[in-house]
Amino acid sequence: MNKKRWYDYLWIWSMIYFALGFFNILFAWLGMIDFLVPLVFALAGGNKRFCNKYCGRGQLFTVLGKNRKCSSGKPTPKWMTSKWFRYGFLIFFLSMFGNMVFQTWLVASGAGTLKEVIKLFWTIRVPWGWTYSAGTVPDWVAQFSFGFYSIMLTSTLIGLIVMVLYKPRTWCSFCPMGTMTQGICKLKAKGKEGERE
Amino acid sequence: MKSKRYVKVDKERCVACGACIKECPRNAIEIWNGCYAKSDANICVGCGKCAAICPAGSIVVLQREGSDE
Repeated sequence: MNKKRWYDYLWIWSMIYFALGFFNILFAWLGMIDFLVPLVFALAGGNKRFCNKYCGRGQLFTVLGKNRKCSSGKPTPKWMTSKWFRYGFLIFFLSMFGNMVFQTWLVASGAGTLKEVIKLFWTIRVPWGWTYSAGTVPDWVAQFSFGFYSIMLTSTLIGLIVMVLYKPRTWCSFCPMGTMTQGICKLKAKGKEGERE
Repeated sequence: MKSKRYVKVDKERCVACGACIKECPRNAIEIWNGCYAKSDANICVGCGKCAAICPAGSIVVLQREGSDE
């Protein structure tokens, strides 16, 4: 439809990210870009330019779901796009993120030991030890990598599942980053309504 | 002459993801201050591509007033 630009290929980055973490878990830290950039856009610019243009994950779901026809295209269930579910999922996601940071802190303080596993769907432990040689970096740096990669992989898997079941970008309707940045934008835009209606 | 149809976005349901912008063949949609999608009814031809891709089901295709059918 519209002319393709460089950022329309960021879905490739999304795949490279997971590939890198398969060989060396420390690359998981690069995922912080996907956490921080949307927040910077929302806080500084009051926009969702990340979701709209630069989100590789959203693009990946479009490429697979729409272009490759891996999505059923059925409507997303109403409850999945409701405010309580979106904000509920955001709170759940943030608490899980907090828990991951806490585990990292335990390792950093010596109260916990490094676990070379990734956790899928916050429950299933998968051995992932080949991606890290002990002692390369401080243990907590590695612990954060395993934890963060788990979150990234889990959320992508959830996104892929809802992509197959519903619309390509159904994940976007309850993506915690999307909910958070939209919330920030709404707060920032208060009072602006009507300016150019 | 204006098209018979156009789309309307439910501001409350819209998640401002921008999936619709990429679909629109007329560049009629923009995200208003990161809050919700906004379609320009004067440009929109009501093809419904945006409504089909919208993950939140927040876009509906409407009949323009005055157009029969």
